[in-house]
Amino acid sequence: MNFQQMILTLQQFWAEQNCILVQPYDTEKGAGTMNPMTFLRSLGPEPWKVAYVEPSRRPSDGRYGENPNRLYQHHQFQVIIKPSPDNIQELYLDSLKALGVDPLLHDIRFVEDNWENPSLGCAGLGWEVWLDGMEITQFTYFQQVGGIETSPVAVEITYGMERLASYIQEKENVFDLEWVDGVTYGDVFHQPEVEHSTYTFEVSDVQMLFTLFNTYEQEARRAMDNHLVFPAYDYVLKCSHTFNLLDARGAISVTERTGFITRVRNLARTVAATYMEEREKLGFPLLKKEGAEHV
Amino acid sequence: MSKDILFEIGLEEIPARFIRAAMEQLQERTAKWLEASRIEHGGVTAYATPRRLSVLVKDAAEKQADVSEEVKGPSRKIALDANGDWSKAALGFARSQGVEPEQFTFKELAGVEYIYATKNSDGVETSSLLSEGLTGIVNAMTFPKNMRWGAYDFKFVRPIRWLVALFGQEIVNLEITGVKAGNVSRGHRFLGTETVIAQPADYVEALRAQHVLVDVKEREELILNQINKLAADKEWTIAIKEDLLEEVLFLVETPTVLFGTFDESFLNIPQDVLITSMREHQRYFPVLDSAGKLLPFFVTVRNGNAGSLDVIAKGNEKVLRARLSDAKFFYEEDQKLQISDALAKLESIVYQVELGSIGDKVRRIRAIADRLAAKLGLSPAAAAEVSRTADICKFDLVTQMVGEFPELQGTMGEDYARKAGEAENVAKGIFEHYQPRFAGDSVPSTEAGLVVSLADKIDTIVGSFSIGVIPTGSQDPYALRRQAAGIVQMLLEHKLPVSLQEIFTAAVEVHESLRGEKHFAPELRNNLYEFFGLRVKRLLSDDNIRYDVVEAVTAAGFDDIVDVVGRSRALTEAVSTQDDFKITVDSLTRVSNLAAKAAEGVAIQPSLLKENAEVKLYETWQGIHEPYQQALSARDAAEALRILSGLKDAVTGFFDSVMVMAEDEQIRSNRLALLAGVDADSRAFADFGKLVW
Repeated sequence: MNFQQMILTLQQFWAEQNCILVQPYDTEKGAGTMNPMTFLRSLGPEPWKVAYVEPSRRPSDGRYGENPNRLYQHHQFQVIIKPSPDNIQELYLDSLKALGVDPLLHDIRFVEDNWENPSLGCAGLGWEVWLDGMEITQFTYFQQVGGIETSPVAVEITYGMERLASYIQEKENVFDLEWVDGVTYGDVFHQPEVEHSTYTFEVSDVQMLFTLFNTYEQEARRAMDNHLVFPAYDYVLKCSHTFNLLDARGAISVTERTGFITRVRNLARTVAATYMEEREKLGFPLLKKEGAEHV
Repeated sequence: MSKDILFEIGLEEIPARFIRAAMEQLQERTAKWLEASRIEHGGVTAYATPRRLSVLVKDAAEKQADVSEEVKGPSRKIALDANGDWSKAALGFARSQGVEPEQFTFKELAGVEYIYATKNSDGVETSSLLSEGLTGIVNAMTFPKNMRWGAYDFKFVRPIRWLVALFGQEIVNLEITGVKAGNVSRGHRFLGTETVIAQPADYVEALRAQHVLVDVKEREELILNQINKLAADKEWTIAIKEDLLEEVLFLVETPTVLFGTFDESFLNIPQDVLITSMREHQRYFPVLDSAGKLLPFFVTVRNGNAGSLDVIAKGNEKVLRARLSDAKFFYEEDQKLQISDALAKLESIVYQVELGSIGDKVRRIRAIADRLAAKLGLSPAAAAEVSRTADICKFDLVTQMVGEFPELQGTMGEDYARKAGEAENVAKGIFEHYQPRFAGDSVPSTEAGLVVSLADKIDTIVGSFSIGVIPTGSQDPYALRRQAAGIVQMLLEHKLPVSLQEIFTAAVEVHESLRGEKHFAPELRNNLYEFFGLRVKRLLSDDNIRYDVVEAVTAAGFDDIVDVVGRSRALTEAVSTQDDFKITVDSLTRVSNLAAKAAEGVAIQPSLLKENAEVKLYETWQGIHEPYQQALSARDAAEALRILSGLKDAVTGFFDSVMVMAEDEQIRSNRLALLAGVDADSRAFADFGKLVW
């Protein structure tokens, strides 16, 4: 199964579970969790079911396209369901079967892994799912998002697409994966990997990035002062990515690091709290639709 | 009549590290509840797998035990009126207790006769108690980490997905987070199906048929047998680490052992790195040859049967290949790093906000180590090795390998230092300065490792105390107790001629000169000494020294660890082997009691000693004083105690014939001064009054 078919299969599978399919969010981010469709929508009492592919940028993982496993940007397939359904583990295992992974032929385990994202004030409990010793999925019950206790609890399933594909396609090197027949992952992503790594580690303008961080932070605050949650959150994401670029460049000392993370977290908390207020003002519209097929 | 009880809590995969404790907790809570509910029962057995916690109670009574209780009423005098009829008071008591007056009995209590009412209450049906009882047990369960799920306002270790609750064949009616208890359990996630448990006694076998071994012991034996058989077939040594076995045991319901291989070229990476990567990342057991050399194989345990093991081995090999390629990359990259560049990076790593960077800590370690080396009288060459080891003992913290595997700190430092051409003792010292890393670990063997280990640990302890981080109860975030115990163990095993106070002085002086004096409250030293005192007492009791002996010898001080251990052992030996030792102890204790009355600073005047027995005591004491003190400073505690025991006859003779509290003021205080002198010597060994016979 090529990479594209895997994405289509998962989309089809979760669409049948009444998830709405949204497209990747257009602001840089380190993980699918940071997409507002997860970060904001997992807050509050409204039910929510969504699935999407998220290209996720981790500047410090860039390896100039030379490492067979590490990437500046990888792909996550993200599923969020709130409240978490009682049969969620079974649904997940069915999705693996849809990808052609027969559990009887393999060793599939749920190994404890408690997930935390301190810069977004998020914490959850769950597992990493192992397929014959390889971590292919992060499976998390959100307990806290943006510093706010979740109620009801959303479950997040994050498939690591490259890892899963390298297993399914039996490839050692991520760049050898087939995206579609005749076109490899390397054909599509090798050049950007090399260039982003070069930019991140050698070229990026540190002074400009520090300036951008401050500018984005101020703009996020200004948007929040106007109760504009989504625009404010976009700037929080920009802060976070800018911080990651600075960090990868080695421009932030250990002591300063904590300070920057705290600044992003404070923004994220304020946005989360403001989102809750604004949804409440709107009367939590999705609650009224309860019982409808989609969300 | 009795029936068995079965209660199974079906869960999404419980963290392996919590399961054993949770299983034991379920067993205890169930037994306690049966006790409190007066339900007679047979054995209570608990089972656990990653997906279930269960408890089976044999032969639980169908009814609670009846209770019969006697309640005391008014005295006979009050209960009966002049005619011998029941008084109003007696009738009132009968009413309040719900019994007829005819059922009263009379009993005497402290010479007065009272009426008693016997109240019987019949036990209720066990089946009517189970619902609330079992629900209560679930609610009371505690875990290190709890979670919420769905829309339920309930916390548990992981979501509850099914419940089996049976009393005999009867289903106990209960519901938790929308899950109703029934008689249907779930088998192995992939090999099994749902299965009806007809009655509790069928539980273990019904699940075995569904590929779940619920019995922990059985599962463990099965894993071990398979590993041992594989080892025997292949002539391998498979290194089984207890905590890894425990984790694997709670990751599987049906264990099947399999092995895989990796490319021999990876064997160029240090063995410890490969083993750590296999254990920590992949939960594999490493494979060694008979000489303890790592072989390019690994052993893992699958949660399932023996089907398609080749596919699984291949998958695991692929993962390990990626892991080891990473390790190889780190290992090669790290060797490009100069030690001096690594040291510069330590300046920007915060050790503790108030205590500065790791670079600051290293400078303190170096200064303390140099002082200790001088104190220990090391040769100039050895002292130079100590200095170098201290300077570079933390450089590996900035290597990629230690970043990936923090537990390899020291191990990588040793390897990289040796490759960089550092002296053998320095390379070894880098690893050893972390020793002893845990209770029962060895102490450093090189002087460099030993001195730097002492310096590093006392720096951590003094630094923490100076900023108010002092362990209390279960709070000991920096593991200061372990570090102090490590210092004590090193002083003892290497018989180092340095005292605790001297070590404190070295560290406090260094902190004062490098951090400024304001950090050091005068009570710091007392707190440190007390803190170490507890470690010393612990060390002695671990050495099987009786509690009272520990108290007696530590009362005489524990500044010199070798000395206090020697005194404990000598005293233990004397107490348990010398028949007349009690007489010695009693006489020294008597000396001690009276010596307490002596005025301070009164010198003995030999001319005032009149009676033969006091002259004799004085002379005997004078005779032993020097050799006794010499034996003590030579740390020959057995000899010191032998000499001190030589006072016994003279002391007994003294008390037999000399009246200490003489009328003559001068004579009296002279005799007390003599006793005080003897007592001072005896107390240098132990406070003998603390011994218990």
